[in-house]
Amino acid sequence: MAKKKTIKTIPRERAHVEEQNPALRARNFDEVTFCLSPDQAQIETDRCIECPNPGCVKGCPVGVDIRGFVAKLAAGDIRGAYEVITETNLLPAVCGRVCPQEHQCEGACVVGKAKGLAPVAIGRLERFVGDTAIANGWTNIPYIEPNGYKVGIVGSGPAGMACAADMAKAGCDVTVYEAFHVPGGVLRYGIPDFRLPNSVIDAEIANLEKLGVKFECNVLVGRLFTIEQMIGEMGFDAVFIGTGAGYPTFPGIPGDNLNGVLSANELLTRCNMMRAKDGGFDTPLPIGTRVAVIGAGNTAMDALRVCKRLGAAEVRCIYRRSRAEAPARVEEVHHAEEEGIDFQWLTAPVEVLDDGKGNVRALRCIRMELGAPDASGRRSPVPVADSEYEFDCDLVVVAIGTNANPIIGQTSRIKLDKRGYIATDADLATSIPGVYAGGDIVTGAATVIKAMGAGRRAARSMKRYLGLRD
Amino acid sequence: MPSHPDHRGFEIVAREDFSDVTYLLEVHHPQMAKAARAGQFVIVMLHEHGERIPLTIADFDRQKGTITLVIQAVGKTTREMQQVCRVGTHLLALTGPMGEPSHIGGQRHVVCVGGGLGVAPIFPQARAYKESGATVVAVVGFRSKDLVFWEDKFRACCDEVIVCTDDGSAGLKGNVTTGLRQALDADPEIDEVVAIGPPVMMKACAEVTRPRNIKTVVSLNPIMVDGTGMCGGCRVKIGTGIKFACVDGPDFDAHQVDFDDLMVRLKRFSETEKAALARWEEGCRLGTAQPAGK
Ligand SMILES: Cc1cc2nc3c(=O)[nH]c(=O)nc-3n(C[C@H](O)[C@H](O)[C@H](O)COP(=O)(O)OP(=O)(O)OC[C@H]3O[C@@H](n4cnc5c(N)ncnc54)[C@H](O)[C@@H]3O)c2cc1C
Ligand SMILES: Cc1cc2nc3c(=O)[nH]c(=O)nc-3n(C[C@H](O)[C@H](O)[C@H](O)COP(=O)(O)OP(=O)(O)OC[C@H]3O[C@@H](n4cnc5c(N)ncnc54)[C@H](O)[C@@H]3O)c2cc1C
Ligand code: SF4
Ligand code: SF4
Ligand code: FES
Ligand SMILES: [Mg+2]
Repeated sequence: MAKKKTIKTIPRERAHVEEQNPALRARNFDEVTFCLSPDQAQIETDRCIECPNPGCVKGCPVGVDIRGFVAKLAAGDIRGAYEVITETNLLPAVCGRVCPQEHQCEGACVVGKAKGLAPVAIGRLERFVGDTAIANGWTNIPYIEPNGYKVGIVGSGPAGMACAADMAKAGCDVTVYEAFHVPGGVLRYGIPDFRLPNSVIDAEIANLEKLGVKFECNVLVGRLFTIEQMIGEMGFDAVFIGTGAGYPTFPGIPGDNLNGVLSANELLTRCNMMRAKDGGFDTPLPIGTRVAVIGAGNTAMDALRVCKRLGAAEVRCIYRRSRAEAPARVEEVHHAEEEGIDFQWLTAPVEVLDDGKGNVRALRCIRMELGAPDASGRRSPVPVADSEYEFDCDLVVVAIGTNANPIIGQTSRIKLDKRGYIATDADLATSIPGVYAGGDIVTGAATVIKAMGAGRRAARSMKRYLGLRD
Repeated sequence: MPSHPDHRGFEIVAREDFSDVTYLLEVHHPQMAKAARAGQFVIVMLHEHGERIPLTIADFDRQKGTITLVIQAVGKTTREMQQVCRVGTHLLALTGPMGEPSHIGGQRHVVCVGGGLGVAPIFPQARAYKESGATVVAVVGFRSKDLVFWEDKFRACCDEVIVCTDDGSAGLKGNVTTGLRQALDADPEIDEVVAIGPPVMMKACAEVTRPRNIKTVVSLNPIMVDGTGMCGGCRVKIGTGIKFACVDGPDFDAHQVDFDDLMVRLKRFSETEKAALARWEEGCRLGTAQPAGK
């Protein structure tokens, strides 16, 4: 039995993790951050004091038993750690990479509260476990007894995947319908390879298939058949809707319809899912020499860094608040800065200027300053008089948020809320009996782990609805 | 099974060539044949390296379980499809029916105008109007007599068919606006015009009907990727607002459409597209073209 660890005895520095050199990685789509080596993972494991009342677990939206999995790691039992994590989080290799840990588990870690200490790198440990599981082909497949219930899942993003897994484990016959020709949702079309390689998504989808989940791509639910038909003539006993919030917003400034102005979703889809960056693929990809990306969330960071990697000479980020308010993960902002992205904090776009032939020539912006706090509690940006300026650019990428996808609302009688998202009760039940919904299509754009948490919460409600034991 | 009739994709069960640039593919997809309605489209991907392109559902046969696409070979993807899509081959992806179906019902006298690649897409509308009880005149335009197709199909479901050819080798000499004017002059009770074709043609039709105050619907064809409202690439200016053609359309009120904006936006990738076609043609010449969808 190891000696009890205390804040005083643990390694003060986080275990070193290799990263691709910024100059090099700004020219390729390989992963930026490497996986911890077993030795590095051991050091990081040693930094967790295995609190009796761990803050980290409360910080995690799905309550991963962090102390429990770290304890397994401390005992050298990686497989055991994998089993602990996957009790709550189906996709450790994904969440370890993309969760905004600083606001979630790591933000609540006791070690991080001590002066001069960084919190335990929970995300990196989780990824270490997830990657080890993928490398060894581990899956956590319980004995499943078929119960004869048929469950339909609409959308193959994290919400749909999580719900599918739980329903399959409960013994249901689960089919996931996806509109695209490949499954994965934002994980596939949005988040680029240098943050989340396709091989990780493929491995996670393969795990679901091992649970017996069937994926049917090229199916646009609502149009090929409706939600009502699923519950009716198609014989589904319960349905989960996880169609995401991908309906991009445009800034509504003059010139925002010019050629060369596009949503980050379009850029990323062309680049990632359609693989336009790889050569030998038919989908065109607009490549700019001077690019402006509007917004500072994760989507904006991905767009900035993709443009850099596609060879743009100048890539600017235009954000109306300051760095402290940027909604992106801290690590992504930091990586983007290292890669030479030019951040124009406290700046708002005013007009996209034209070259006379319908293409973008320049962007006019205005400087902002932070005024009184607004409804969100953040200080709201106000324009600084006479501070407009413009710079030349040929591509403007818009990443200022998304609205609800309208298709399910257009094609069914399901109740929507005022903003067009699917209305649910506390159990994630919609207005149609047997139909549940969760993830971005209920909450608006959120995070991978929150979407997964919603998928699982809906699964619990569906099991109750079907009279299955949880 | 809706999406995987088999692992190879969606089987092409019939093909017909109308000319050296226009061809018809009939694809097996019983569930889509059942769901499809006039005005809707699909997104097709030929093979793993392919792009996603939108094509209108030009016909559907619920008994046979097929949908029909009529395609004009204009660039890399449509040329490659023309070359490799034979009966028994497969499309990797076929998703739909996409878009809001046309609002049909309540109109009494309708003119359906189809020009160029719009002739086939106007057919399901013409038939649906007829089935809803309207009197239907079809105005279909072609460059010359040899390029005329589906005249019989239109005759079978319309009260009158006006063929227009640019060179006058069949029907009226002139473009479809000549035919449209003739139809409007002949019947003062026309209460709706539907026009599908290249943006210039739809714009011209809108200008014919605007002074006459006749409700006019056009089906817009901006560049699309997903067809599900996710990318915003297909956005079009309608009145003072922006709409996404794939989910809010593709049908819009012609008198509200900013056609000039649409035409500019359709040129977004023209350089890349030209280069892609040239590369592909060179590959064909050398026999090194990418392996096509199997
Ligand atoms: C570029 C980008 C970067 C991001 N980075 C991060 C990050 O670093 N960390 C983080 O935690 N979160 C990040 N997010 C947010 C996160 O990805 C989302 O919150 C999460 O994916 C939502 O999951 P979901 O399952 O609700 O929907 P989605 O992932 O959007 O999946 C919905 C799926 O449903 C499909 N679909 C839609 N309509 C239909 C229909 N009618 N029929 C069939 N299928 C349909 C869609 O094609 C899609 O595949 C990012 C988002 C973007 C866009
Ligand atoms: C709703 C809709 C319905 C359509 N129906 C038909 C139809 O029934 N028959 C038919 O022949 N064509 C139809 N089109 C047009 C067809 O999609 C394009 O001709 C095709 O994508 C050209 O591809 P390409 O690679 O062969 O040519 P390219 O050389 O790549 O493109 C030629 C031109 O086609 C347009 N185009 C290119 N890519 C796209 C794209 N992804 N989406 C839309 N337009 C594009 C552009 O204006 C481009 O300049 C439709 C388009 C839309 C939006
Ligand atoms: S799922 Fe995300 S928030 Fe929860 S422990 Fe893992 S990395 Fe942290
Ligand atoms: S709060 Fe930090 S130190 Fe405590 S158990 Fe969680 S990770 Fe370990
Ligand atoms: S094609 Fe992407 S939103 Fe319409
Ligand atoms: Mg093309």
